[in-house]
Amino acid sequence: MKKDVLEQCIAQTVKGGIDRRAFLTLGAAGAGAILLRPAAAQAAPRVRTSANIVIAGAGAAGLAAASQLAARLEGAKITLVDARKEHFYQPGFTLVSSGIKPASYVVSATRDYLPAGVELIEEGVAEFDPEGRKIVTTGGKSIAYDYLIVATGCKLDYAAIAGMDVEQIGNNGLGSIYHSPAKAEATWRAMSNFADNGGVGVFLRPGTEMKCAGAPLKYTFITDDYLRRRGNRGKAELIYNANNKALFSVPIVHEKVRMLFEDRGVKVNYERILESIDLGKRLAVFKTALGPVELQYDFINVIPPMRAPDAVRNSPLRWQEGGWANDGWIEVDKHKLRHKRFDNVFAVGDVAGVPKGKTAASVKWQVPVAVDHLIAQIEGKESSAHYGGYTSCPLITRLGQAMLIEFDYKDNLTPSFPGVIAPLEELWISWVMKTMALKPTYISMLRGRA
Amino acid sequence: MKELDPLVFLAVFQEMLGPLLWLMLLVIIAGTAAFIALLVKEKSINSKRLVRAELAGLLGGVLALVLMAKVSSSGFTDAGGPADWFLIALVFGLGLIGTAVLVYTAIGWRKPAANG
Repeated sequence: MKKDVLEQCIAQTVKGGIDRRAFLTLGAAGAGAILLRPAAAQAAPRVRTSANIVIAGAGAAGLAAASQLAARLEGAKITLVDARKEHFYQPGFTLVSSGIKPASYVVSATRDYLPAGVELIEEGVAEFDPEGRKIVTTGGKSIAYDYLIVATGCKLDYAAIAGMDVEQIGNNGLGSIYHSPAKAEATWRAMSNFADNGGVGVFLRPGTEMKCAGAPLKYTFITDDYLRRRGNRGKAELIYNANNKALFSVPIVHEKVRMLFEDRGVKVNYERILESIDLGKRLAVFKTALGPVELQYDFINVIPPMRAPDAVRNSPLRWQEGGWANDGWIEVDKHKLRHKRFDNVFAVGDVAGVPKGKTAASVKWQVPVAVDHLIAQIEGKESSAHYGGYTSCPLITRLGQAMLIEFDYKDNLTPSFPGVIAPLEELWISWVMKTMALKPTYISMLRGRA
Repeated sequence: MKELDPLVFLAVFQEMLGPLLWLMLLVIIAGTAAFIALLVKEKSINSKRLVRAELAGLLGGVLALVLMAKVSSSGFTDAGGPADWFLIALVFGLGLIGTAVLVYTAIGWRKPAANG
């Protein structure tokens, strides 16, 4: 039996890859790599082309796309456009705001990952003109393209919360883990202070689509754990405010989190959306079906509404109707990431208007699909690449433990290690992957090596 | 897309460990080669030396766990299920075997005539 598995494993390795189950025989250590799975084997010869490809946005999705295109094309002109010189490893923001890692853990430079032969224009995109096949930068430069990949990420719309002032994050019980590495660290100071003194802790998520929808839950669990470790849980009340009737979009995960919150004594309110905040009085006002409800807090983790950046939102690229039109997410085929109306435009990462997962794991699975369709189009062929909505969320439930939740568009759980790492079990191994293996895997993804 | 290239693992471990990866691989390869060479030369296993090496191995296993706890900002006391016990056993086992082999080999080559 063992021999069979080994032979199968070797045979498949020779073929150029190892399938998921055979991979189990290699052991679970170092398994983080599978969370951000690799691109299709790139042994195929490079495609010669003079195509002019523009990638708007040089975050995780933009850089990964640039690396894969550069590796698979010869002679193409590839241009990345992004004003920000720093690169943020966003999956690490929760660890920074939990006092596990310093802010420097999540900051590097975009140029560190720029593939050879790819030009980087350090300006923002002011306008998308898909009919004219060009974009206009914030510096007024007009850049024509044959193919466009939009990977601008999303905009954190703090201004939509009346009374919110991002400068105050870290002061007077105000936290917000998403804003930036510095503010994630400031949030840690505010949360740590709360864990020393107790009081009312208020947690929430916005009423829009959001990146890493597990993060607000994780931070609630982590705050609970710090209070317990410091002997102050009895002096604190934790309240989680969900925007709709669920704690997580996947029903089976919602149930699990509901049980864990009950176990940890976290109170839950459903259908509450933060609409304004009085930072001086530490008063949050939520929109509910019964009208505005006020909550006095000693610590709050504000998560702003998230929308497509203005340039995308004001362009013809966005969904024209339905719930996503107003927030400006790009109208793409959810399995191919190709724009539904402009066939030379693709969207990957947070800005893509697809039903699930604005996470690095989604990026890892989306980018090879979009790139494959783009290259097939250059060659005049059809690609069979298909994105099923896979994403993953190492949902931290206490310091040192997490649940490794992987799922797809259909709300199915898609565990990479069935029978070994149970998706709804709080495990150390899942925490180990989050803290040790995820960042190296992510960086490898940016370089096109994973 | 559902395939996993072994090169990906190399890439990930390289990101994780940097130049340390090559040093570790070198120690593993050189250590194993020296161990095999020693076995070939002596044509037997020196039991007294083996016991000493295993005792050192116990310490190596504990050190491997301590190191793991440090880099993962947690501890093996956070174990929550069978997969965790498996990982703990794996880390301890690798530390134990690695240290035992290296110590056995080192003593063997340093004091070849002294019977360990």
